[in-house]
Amino acid sequence: MEVSSEYAVQMHGIVKRFGAFTALDHIDLDVRKQTVHAILGENGAGKTTLMNILYGLYKADEGKTYLYGEEVGISNPTEAIRHGIGMVHQHFMLVENFTVTENIILGDEVCGTAGVLDMGRARKEVTKLVEEYGFEVDPDARIQDISVGMQQRVEILKALYRGAEILILDEPTAVLTPQEIDKLMEIMDGLVSKGKTIIIITHKLKEIMRSAHECSIVRRGKYMGTVDVAQSSENDLAARMVGRNVNLKVEKAPAHPKDVCLSIKGLTVRDERGIEQVRDLNLNVRAGEIVGIAGIDGNGQSELVDAIMSLAKARAGTIEVKGVEVQNTSPRKVIDSGVATIPSDRHRWGLVLPMIVSENAVLEHHGDEVYGKGIMLDYDKLRAYTEELVSQFDIRPAGCEEERISGLSGGNQQKVIIARSVTHAPDVLIAFQPTRGLDVGAIEFVHKTLIAERDRGVAILLISYELDEVMDVSDKIAVIYHGQIVGEFEQGTVGEDELGLLMAGGGSQ
Amino acid sequence: MNVLIKFLKRPVASSLLAILLGFAVAAAILATTGFNPFETFGTLFYGALGKPKYITNVIIKATPILLTGVSVAFAFQTGLFNRGGEGQYVRGTSCATIVGVTCNFPAPIQIPLVVLSGALGGALLGALVGFLKAHFGIHEVITSIMTNWIMLYLCNFVVSTEAFHKPNSNTALTVNPSSYTMVLPQWKMSDEGIDYLLKVPWLRDILLKTDLNFGFVVAIFVAVLAGILLTRTKLGYELRAVGFNPEAARFTGIGVKRSVVTCMLISGGICGLAGALNITGISPHTITTLASQEGYGFNGLSVAFIAGCSTVGCIPASLLFSGLTYGGMTVQQMMGVPSEIINIMIGVIVFFTALPAMAPKIATWLERRKKARQSIDTDANAGEA
Repeated sequence: MEVSSEYAVQMHGIVKRFGAFTALDHIDLDVRKQTVHAILGENGAGKTTLMNILYGLYKADEGKTYLYGEEVGISNPTEAIRHGIGMVHQHFMLVENFTVTENIILGDEVCGTAGVLDMGRARKEVTKLVEEYGFEVDPDARIQDISVGMQQRVEILKALYRGAEILILDEPTAVLTPQEIDKLMEIMDGLVSKGKTIIIITHKLKEIMRSAHECSIVRRGKYMGTVDVAQSSENDLAARMVGRNVNLKVEKAPAHPKDVCLSIKGLTVRDERGIEQVRDLNLNVRAGEIVGIAGIDGNGQSELVDAIMSLAKARAGTIEVKGVEVQNTSPRKVIDSGVATIPSDRHRWGLVLPMIVSENAVLEHHGDEVYGKGIMLDYDKLRAYTEELVSQFDIRPAGCEEERISGLSGGNQQKVIIARSVTHAPDVLIAFQPTRGLDVGAIEFVHKTLIAERDRGVAILLISYELDEVMDVSDKIAVIYHGQIVGEFEQGTVGEDELGLLMAGGGSQ
Repeated sequence: MNVLIKFLKRPVASSLLAILLGFAVAAAILATTGFNPFETFGTLFYGALGKPKYITNVIIKATPILLTGVSVAFAFQTGLFNRGGEGQYVRGTSCATIVGVTCNFPAPIQIPLVVLSGALGGALLGALVGFLKAHFGIHEVITSIMTNWIMLYLCNFVVSTEAFHKPNSNTALTVNPSSYTMVLPQWKMSDEGIDYLLKVPWLRDILLKTDLNFGFVVAIFVAVLAGILLTRTKLGYELRAVGFNPEAARFTGIGVKRSVVTCMLISGGICGLAGALNITGISPHTITTLASQEGYGFNGLSVAFIAGCSTVGCIPASLLFSGLTYGGMTVQQMMGVPSEIINIMIGVIVFFTALPAMAPKIATWLERRKKARQSIDTDANAGEA
């Protein structure tokens, strides 16, 4: 494409190699002035790498970058900021016990004579910015006291304060509630109308449809073209991203729930600081149904899972699996009583990365006599069993049984965890963020497997921070807020707005 | 070229490369201090392998560091750093001496009893370190270094107690001869044995001038067994899982605390065994008042790292280490080269083994260069055509 001042950012023929691996293979990106431009791609496709090159964090091996039609060479973030580029990372970089103003001016302080900090003037400047863009942030509030959505706005303010004309937002909606996402969309519209250009990195199709004007698609480091979002559809974008048609709707028959399999009564759990994170929580999951727990991160979800797995102490209440109390026993006893878990963080809780695939495939069940008599572990049997999993669950690359599991992609690692959970025929399956960090194709697979397990008669507890996932997959939806279930609904009887309100603590209960 | 690339990708290549670099650095130091490196290395090899007696001594001296090396490697593979090999070794010698002096059974009972008492002493000491780590979160390096000194003074205490002290000396009483694990201890001292050995000089060299004993055979057996335990049993699987990722291990129902204690128990037991075998196998068959650490535990660290923390790899690594130090003594005697140069060499080898990614990196570099050359060749061919 021609280089022109109509475009805020143009990156042509960008190549980036890491050792033998080519992360970006001749990528083109043309971002029109005053638009929201989305960069869509699966995890590991190279979206963030491309933006890190623009922001000067990496150096491209080949290719040219133009800003407003002028060629530039940006070799570090300071230069990027000088060129009017600002980046908001997925994980915020804020000082918790500083105020909003202090955080915004940090590193670019307003000083009076003799280098004395002029907080009065700084505050005025910040207030002006907040009002100009309608951010609704209190300049004097401390970061630790404000919501995640507001913290994100502070990050955007930081960039604007430094004179950013081009804003890069990396996965901006990952941590927000539906209401906060709406607000962010409003803010993005406002920024564009004031002349700014926004690039968002995301793999969420719905948000692209809502906010972006154009969308560039990256697949495995290759440029797959740019589409006009108004002329496109979610299915179209998904197909371009994955390279095949993907079924975005979760298809399932009605559930046929049977007896209660997992019963939680009056459960109270404290975290390591002694603060009650789960309070008097009641929940039943029947065999053959999926109960989904919707809620924002940090409302007691991880403590609930820890308590079920006997990793955290239940201060009060009971957890029954098929009528037998299992609270405060041991993870081994809970697993033996028929509970399988897909942990939220597969690298931390689910896998032993330096071990090979087949060793990971029997974690939880390595003690079974099937995998070796007495004290010995029979690696031939391990391999045979893993070969079966690899073909049954289409774990790639084929023949990876003896490879270290760290070499597999995230989606395939997750497949190993799910495969080992379901092949040992559990009665209760706890799926905690089962699709975290997975791409569209892998998510489809995980959801299908969960539903197949449900139809086999497994009681499934799905805990997810993705509201769409809970709404699409669950037969019953429960909302958790401050460690309590604040609402339970049958699927289809409740809308996103009502759930979002409950998740944020604005319930009628 | 292909063979070289393939070889460099194997784990053993890093160790061999480190050894090569160690010799290179030592050669440079020798040359700058006015010694002929080739002559020195020649003497070094002669001192380690030149006579049957030398070879035997290298093997004898390799025995304890092979075991302490296996102990460190074993713990390391399960995520623990056993710095207490020294203390566990000393504990092994003390326990073996106490039991060997007190009991006097026929050899088939006495030998296992003495050897196992040493191993048990080391094991319990290791388990204590593991227990403190598992239940109170005290780092094993801190506690194991402390136990090193506690054991040293405990050993000195045993030497000085009336029941075990050998009058007018700084040693304890010698263990009863039924505990000895040398090869043919009685026969080689009998008239018949001496008559025979006079006719076979190389055998006389080995049997009469050294304390050739069965320790090294036991040590090789333990190294192989430890390897099998780690890689082929359910216990080893659990220990490794805990070592690599304790959180995932806990989540999947493995008892993390029990694993830590078990690992240190085994690791300590192997060091204790090293101590016991030195008491039964080599003179003076007893413990001596210690002024400072003897270094068996620390040398075990070097052996384990040269071996890339493979338990079986410790077998050649311990022989190399022992060969260098023993041969180094000859170098000092015959050429006046300070033995420190040998120590520098060992230090450099250990230093370079700490860079395990080195050999694979060279392999990738060679591969890329080869590819670049090939593409130039094809371009050139295309150009000619």
